[in-house]
Amino acid sequence: MNVVAPFEGIGASVRRKEDLRFLSGRGHYTDDINRPGQAHAYILRSPHAHAAVNAIETAAAKAMPGVVAIFTGADLAAIGGLPCGWQIHNKDGSPMAEPKHPVLAEGKVRHVGDPVAVVIAETRQQARDAAEAIVVDYAPLPAAATMQAALASGAAQIHEAAPGNLCYDWHIGDKAAQEAAFAKAHKVVTFETTNNRLVPNAMEPRAAVGDFDPQSGDYTLYTTSQNPHVIRLLMGAFVLNIPEAKLRVVAPDVGGGFGSKIYHYAEEAIVTWASGRVKRPVKWTADRTESFMSDAHGRDHVSKAELAVDKDGKILGLKVHTYANMGAYLSTFAPCVPTYLYATLLAGVYTTPVIYAEVKAVFTNTVPVDAYRGAGRPEATYLLERLMDVAAAEIGMDRVEFRRKNFIPVDAFPYQTPVALQYDSGNYFATLDAALEAADWKGFEARRAAAKAKGKLRGIGISTYLEACGIAPSAVVGSLGARAGLYEVGTIRVHPTGSVTVLTGTHSHGQGHETTLAQLVADRLGVPIANVDIVHGDTAKVPFGMGTYGSRSLAVGGSAMFKAMDKIIAKGKRIAAHLMEASVEDVEFDRGTFRVAGTDKTKSLTDISLAAYVPHNYPIEEIEPGLEETAFYDPKNFTYPGGCHIAEVEIDPETGKVSMVNFTAVDDVGRVINPMIVEGQVQGGVAQGIGQALLESAIYDAEGQLISGSMMDYTMPRADDLAPVSVATHTTLCTHNPLGVKGCGEVGAIGSPPAVMNAVVDALKDFGVRHIEMPATPAKIWNIIHARKAAE
Amino acid sequence: MPQVTLTVNGTKHTVEVEARTLLVELLREKLRLTGTHVGCDTSQCGACVVHMGGDSIKACTILAVQCEGADVTTIEGLAKADGTLHPMQEAFREYHALQCGFCTPGMVMSAIDLVNKHPGGLSEQEIREGLEGNLCRCTGYHNIVKAIAAAADVMQGRRSELARAAE
Repeated sequence: MNVVAPFEGIGASVRRKEDLRFLSGRGHYTDDINRPGQAHAYILRSPHAHAAVNAIETAAAKAMPGVVAIFTGADLAAIGGLPCGWQIHNKDGSPMAEPKHPVLAEGKVRHVGDPVAVVIAETRQQARDAAEAIVVDYAPLPAAATMQAALASGAAQIHEAAPGNLCYDWHIGDKAAQEAAFAKAHKVVTFETTNNRLVPNAMEPRAAVGDFDPQSGDYTLYTTSQNPHVIRLLMGAFVLNIPEAKLRVVAPDVGGGFGSKIYHYAEEAIVTWASGRVKRPVKWTADRTESFMSDAHGRDHVSKAELAVDKDGKILGLKVHTYANMGAYLSTFAPCVPTYLYATLLAGVYTTPVIYAEVKAVFTNTVPVDAYRGAGRPEATYLLERLMDVAAAEIGMDRVEFRRKNFIPVDAFPYQTPVALQYDSGNYFATLDAALEAADWKGFEARRAAAKAKGKLRGIGISTYLEACGIAPSAVVGSLGARAGLYEVGTIRVHPTGSVTVLTGTHSHGQGHETTLAQLVADRLGVPIANVDIVHGDTAKVPFGMGTYGSRSLAVGGSAMFKAMDKIIAKGKRIAAHLMEASVEDVEFDRGTFRVAGTDKTKSLTDISLAAYVPHNYPIEEIEPGLEETAFYDPKNFTYPGGCHIAEVEIDPETGKVSMVNFTAVDDVGRVINPMIVEGQVQGGVAQGIGQALLESAIYDAEGQLISGSMMDYTMPRADDLAPVSVATHTTLCTHNPLGVKGCGEVGAIGSPPAVMNAVVDALKDFGVRHIEMPATPAKIWNIIHARKAAE
Repeated sequence: MPQVTLTVNGTKHTVEVEARTLLVELLREKLRLTGTHVGCDTSQCGACVVHMGGDSIKACTILAVQCEGADVTTIEGLAKADGTLHPMQEAFREYHALQCGFCTPGMVMSAIDLVNKHPGGLSEQEIREGLEGNLCRCTGYHNIVKAIAAAADVMQGRRSELARAAE
C-alpha cells in the first residue's frame, strides 16, 4: 500500500537513496566482485611510445608460480579490433582514416601503455611477477608525441592506413560567406590557443571481470562502464562475435566516469575472451598508473580563431582552424568530439551570422583522446569566451557590454545558428544579470584596490556560455556519422501491490539516478520514492539502453520513463473504467488516483495494479493482465543549457600562485528535479573546470613518455585549491521534451575554464598580458611578473 | 607464509599473508571488507584511509605484517550495532557530500580523525587543509567541507542532532 509521503516529487531536494550503502561501505563496485574459482589478469604494457615488436618470449614467465596462461596479440589475431562508433568524412567526401585498433599489439606498439600481453595467474601478485619475466624484443621507432611532430614532413608513420598521420580534414560552414563578411569588417581580431590535455581520473580505477560458464556457454562481463548495453553491442558484435543472448554485461556501482568509462576498452575484451579460454572467471583491476596510460584522455586542441566585428562592436563572422589530437588509435567516440560536439557550438550565445571552421584530426604516439566531461563543448567555449575578452579589449569595448550587444535576443527562439544547431529556448540576459548581481561585479574595483593595498593582484572574469546535450536525435546523428541511434529506453513495472520497479538504460555513476528518477515516478504516479526501485546497469535486467553521457539521463532517459508512464496511465484508465463502470473518456488520473470526472468515485493506483495482476473482475478479453510498460524515446533535438559563470581570483606576485576567491554560476538547465543534486553537479563540474584552468595538464616529453603519469605528478584539485561555488539556476524550459529538462552534468566544466582564465588575465592586465595558456601555474605567472620587473 | 593477528571492527582475526601484502589488501581480499577502496598507487588519494588505534592511516602504505596486535576500524565498523550512523556519515548524507561514493569511506574516516584532533573546532580553511590527503573528483569538496563542519558541531556537542534536524 502506498502511503502519502512528504513532498518528494519534482523540485524537492530529496536526500539520496543510494547514500546509505556508500556511507556504510556496502557499495558494490567492480573490484568488489569476486567469482568462485577466479583467476587474475595482469596486462604487460609497452614502455615505448612507438616500436616494432619483433618477438615476445613467454616461456620463462609461463613457468612462474601460479601462472595459468599467457596470451599475446598472436593468440587474439582471429578476433576483431576495437571498433569506432563514429565516422567523419573529409572535406572531399571521403571517409576518415580508420586504422585497426588491436586488442593486444600486433607487431607494433603505438603509445606508452599499449597492451602487449596478458598474464592469467592464481593471484594478481603472481600475474604481475610473471609479467616481469616476459621478454619483449622491441625495436624503438621515432615517436610523434605532439600534433606538430606528427604533421611534420618526414614524421614517423604511426599507421599505414593514415598517411601523414592525418585522421581527417573536415569543415563546416560557408567559407565564401565568411570571407565576404571579413572583407567588410571594421576589425579582425586573431587569437591562438591550446586546450590542454587532461586525464579524467575518476576515483575508481577501471576494472573488469570476465566470467564464462562452460555448461551454458554464457559469458558475463562485470565492468566499470557508463553504458553496459553499448559495451555488449560493440564487444559482442565487432570484437568477440558473441551473440547478445549469450553475453551479459553488468556495470554495478561505478566510481565516477566523466566520459572515460563510455568507451569499449581492450581489457573488457581480454578478460571476457580469456575467461572462455581458461574456463575460469578472470579479473583485472587497473593500477592508477595504468589508468594514466590507458584511460582515454580529454581535450588537446590547438586552435586559431579570427573574429570580424563592425565599428559598433557587432560580430560579423568567425573563422576557426583547429588541430585535434586523436592519440594513437580512435577511441569509441573520438572523431565526433572535435567536429559535431565542438565546431557546431562556435556560435555560442551570439548572433554571429557566418561561421567557417576547419578541423584536422591527427594521430600521435599518445594515449587515445575521447570525450571528457563536456567533450568538445568546453574546447569551443574556452576558445570563444577567451576570444570575446581579447576582442573586447582590442576594440576598446567593455567585455560585458560586448557580450550583451551580441547576445541572441530573448524573442529570437527557436534560433538557427550558421553551424547546424537550432536552439529551442534560453535567456542569456537573465543569467548574465543574475550572475553579475550575485558576484557583485559592480563592487569589484573596490575589492581590487583593497587587494592591491595588501600587495595582491585581483582579477575578475566572465563567461557566457551555451552547450548542446541531451544526446541525441538518432536520425540527425546518423546523418552526421554516428553508427548508433541515441534514443533511450525506460520500463515502468507497477507491481500488484503498487510498488514500482523502473528499468532504465541510463547508468548512474555518481549522478544520483536512484533518487532523481524515483522522484519522476513519485511526482507522476504518486508512489513514494521508498517504494520505487531504480534498476540500471545490467543487460540481463534492462531491455536496452544507450547509457549515460552528454547530460542525457533525464532529458532522454527520463523522457522515455515519462512515455512509459503515459502508457501505464492509459492502461490504468481502461481498467479503472471497468471497475467503476464508467467510460474511459470520463476517467481522470492525478498522482495515484483514478477518478470518474465530476464524481467522488475513485480507485487508487494500487486498486488498479491489484486488479491487473489478480484479474477476478477484469475485462480480460479486451485488456491484457499486468501493469508494465516499456517506451523508447528518441529526442527531437539536442537540449541547450546555458548561463553565466564569474570567477574572482587573487594572485600572490611573490609566488605566482592563483587563489580562487569566489566563483558564481547561474545556469539554465531547464526544469530542476532535485535542486540539491543539480547544485552538486555544478559544484563538481566547476571544480574540474578550475582544475583545467589552474592545475591540470597531461605532459608528454619529446619521446612520448607521459611525464605526468601518476597522482604525484598530475595535479588533481584538492580541497584547499578550491573556493566555495555559489550556484543558482534560472529556468527556461526545454520545449521539445515532456519534462522540460536540459541537463546539468557538464555545464560546470564547460562554462568555468574561460571565466577563470579571463580573471587571471584581468588580474595581470597591468603587466601587458594578452593571454596565458592553461593551466595558469605559479611558474608561468611568476615568470610573467618577474620578466616584466626585470625589463623595468 | 607470515601470520598476523589483528582486531578489525571489534573482531579478532589471524590471517596468513605474504610478507608484501598491504593492510588494504588484507582488508579487501582476506576479510572481504570491500568498503575500503584503492584509488591510486602513490598514497595520494586517501580512498583507503582506516583508523588504527584511533588514528587515520592510509591502508595502502602499511604492510599487513606491521599491523600485528593493531586495532583497526574501517567504514563498515562506524555505525552502531543497531544501524545508527555516525554523525559524520549522517552529515555527509544531509549535505550531499558524496556522489559516486568511491572516495567516501576514506573521506569519512579522515574527517572523523580530523575533527577528533581539533577538539576546539575547525575553521573552513583548516578543514580544507586537513583534507590534503584525500581526493574527490565528483563534488568539488564544498559540500564535504560543509558536512565536516556540521558533524564537528554534533561530535563536539556544540549542536545536537535534533537541533540540526529542526533547521
